[in-house]
Amino acid sequence: MTTTSRYWTAVRMIAAIGAASLVAACSGGAGNTGTGADTGGYPDQNITFVVPFSAGGPTDTVTRMIAEPMAAKLGGKIVVQNVEGAGGTVGAGEVARAEPDGYTVLMHHIGMSTAPSLYRDLGYQPLESFETVGLVTEVPMTVVARKDFEPATLQDLVTYVKANAGKVTLANAGIGAASHLCGLLFQTAAGVKLQEVPYEGTGPALTDLVGGQVDFMCDQTTNTSGQISASEVKAYAVTTPERVKSLPDLPTTTEAGLPQLQVSVWHGLYVPKGTPQDIVQKLSEALKAALADQKVVDQMAKLGTTPVPAESATPQAHRTKLQEQLGTWAKVITDAGVKAS
Amino acid sequence: MELLDNLALGFSTAFLLQNVLYCFVGVLLGTAVGVLPGIGPTATVAMLLPITFSFEPVTALIMLAGIYYGAQYGGSTTAILINLPGESSAAVTALDGHEMARQGRAGAALAAAAIGSFVAGTLATVALAVAAPPLARVALRFGPAEYFSLVLLGLVVSIALARGTALKALAMIALGVLFGTVGQDIYTGTPRFVFGQRELYGGIDFVSVAVGMFGVAEILRNLEHERTRTVVVSRVNSLWPTKEDRRRMIGPILRGTGLGAALGVLPGGGHVLASFTSYAVEKRVSRRRRHEFGHGAIEGVAGPESANNAAAQTSFIPLLTLGLPAHPVMALMVGAFIVQGITPGPNVITDEPALFWGLIASMWIGNVLLVLLNLPLIGIWVRMLHIPYQVLFPMIILFAAIGTYSLGFNAFDVYAVVFFGILGYILIKCGCEPAPLLLGFVLGPLLEENLRRALIISRGDASVFLTRPISAVLLVLAVAALAVAVLPTIRRRREVVFSDEEA
Repeated sequence: MTTTSRYWTAVRMIAAIGAASLVAACSGGAGNTGTGADTGGYPDQNITFVVPFSAGGPTDTVTRMIAEPMAAKLGGKIVVQNVEGAGGTVGAGEVARAEPDGYTVLMHHIGMSTAPSLYRDLGYQPLESFETVGLVTEVPMTVVARKDFEPATLQDLVTYVKANAGKVTLANAGIGAASHLCGLLFQTAAGVKLQEVPYEGTGPALTDLVGGQVDFMCDQTTNTSGQISASEVKAYAVTTPERVKSLPDLPTTTEAGLPQLQVSVWHGLYVPKGTPQDIVQKLSEALKAALADQKVVDQMAKLGTTPVPAESATPQAHRTKLQEQLGTWAKVITDAGVKAS
Repeated sequence: MELLDNLALGFSTAFLLQNVLYCFVGVLLGTAVGVLPGIGPTATVAMLLPITFSFEPVTALIMLAGIYYGAQYGGSTTAILINLPGESSAAVTALDGHEMARQGRAGAALAAAAIGSFVAGTLATVALAVAAPPLARVALRFGPAEYFSLVLLGLVVSIALARGTALKALAMIALGVLFGTVGQDIYTGTPRFVFGQRELYGGIDFVSVAVGMFGVAEILRNLEHERTRTVVVSRVNSLWPTKEDRRRMIGPILRGTGLGAALGVLPGGGHVLASFTSYAVEKRVSRRRRHEFGHGAIEGVAGPESANNAAAQTSFIPLLTLGLPAHPVMALMVGAFIVQGITPGPNVITDEPALFWGLIASMWIGNVLLVLLNLPLIGIWVRMLHIPYQVLFPMIILFAAIGTYSLGFNAFDVYAVVFFGILGYILIKCGCEPAPLLLGFVLGPLLEENLRRALIISRGDASVFLTRPISAVLLVLAVAALAVAVLPTIRRRREVVFSDEEA
């Protein structure tokens, strides 16, 4: 997933300010819409969807896919803004401080549940600062290795890395990136401590994996499926309960004998704490409608993922998932002794 | 001929009206952002990416690619005219290009840049079409150890950027590397040299350093003896390169193209080195005119500009053949692929031949469009130099301040320009030059990142740099280049010492 990188500073800054001023404009203009009980007219102005990652990244793509059908259902217009920085915490912080009127919505992924363990002085708390709207999709991850790496199956891999813990290298896309989290979980599940090699983003990490400079890594299907189907990397398993349609031959971690390795880059929508319940409900209904849209299903299939079932696109299901994930990652990250700042 | 069939497919795709149109829009936008300091191609591509979601995949990618190489093209203009490089590569062009402008030869310099870029773009496009997949395979043999050695070689070679002594150049490189370490460490997240300033966590922005060290420092220097400066620049000789100029351009353009095309293929930052290396090579090759470098040698414009444009073109090779991005702009293009429902990877060539070959063909069309766009503009640009300096310099400062501020709507970046402007002026007064510092600043982080990554992978065994053959060869070259650069200085120093003793 996206990580902070010096190269991205310019993009991030421009995007951040653009969005920040828009968020400010929205929240500033909120006075006339009011936050009281009378929300029958919602929406009567543009709704801003804040994506805390770069334009063109997987999270941004998913947001833009659902924005249009959601806007159609709500009968308004949705503007997508990218507010990048510090593993998504900058954008999340913006939304946490925005007016709770339903016109500022945050799309965030698994990083919402890991940030409290990774960052000091976050400025917000996932459960206290936001209302959950609903889950969107869970992007599977894959365990992949350089193509001439010895182990043939996931079981072999576990045995091999245990026997060669001093030699094996595990790449990731930077501190707090999904690949880093998945790598940590793999080490916990396999009961081994490996040498991690951080990169600035998935691109360079995958380049060195294809080039055989590092041994293996764990990354989203979005990034790896092209390399897997072209046999440029060796794939061991997908980290979700179900196999993915774009890679039908790839077993799940449960099938391959490492059921503890369950991780997906789950995405959800949030609004600031205090947003009226009927607005949250309207957004959740619109989300459900968008996820049932055949066009959205098809587009997500191309990304190697699927919309969550309707019962997960609800505030309660989302909240339960967030609570569970906060607990899981707090333990994994604290045990590994990782801090991003 | 399979290649001809492929090219025919490519051109038939690229010549579709909407594709030519968006190619033009792309290179036009690219030229514009290249000319404006502050707004770079990455920011532009990121902002325009959502607009392309509704386009045909090939049209979207043609336009985004056009922005990228168009910006490489446009970056030289302000570097030559007002010593204001917006990209690291343009900083090299500023060395001799701006000197040429001061001597009234801005037109020749701009034309040399445009022609060099066109030739390089054309040849590199051919290289892309003929040899992209095998080149990408070679590039994959470069791991962290090889990149470390390559960057080290680039740093050593860049001593040639200095007009003065090699030792001062080395000192400037070291200072640049130190400035490059400011910000959060990617391996541990530890903030370094930030002095509690939140703005420094992401590192110092390149634009602030370049605009300060080159643009502002240059203005301060000019204001010292303003009268002579006004006289010098208002005498514009000719707009076009003379016959002699054209003869002198051929070699540098071809060498620059070869060098740039080769370095551009390396996804780990080879394109950054292209223009610097070309400048150093030209300075060394040109025996008779070495003293002219830094004082308006047309070779110092034609070579680096060609190298830069060739590298911009071939840096698409890892993306198109392997789906691996070499640059933040490429990473955004990976996003564009995904949104369009195309999984970037080695299968793109076979699964989407019209897209692959269409994009390659569009790059050549884009280069033609850039020449057609830029050559007529030269006359207009040069006229800008007739503006009296007391009017021009406040405009440049205003322009630079706005451009830098627009990076992040952040006053801190503008203060950084002031800091680096004053620092640059002091350094010029001490006989130290900004170019090697800027190179150290750009390459320092790459050097550190790859050094540490190579050592992490080898478990701290430093012998990897010598046991890996490519790395070993690059290191030997670096030592040789250092010896060649430093020995004359040492010898001279010894001669001075000896003559002192005799006296």
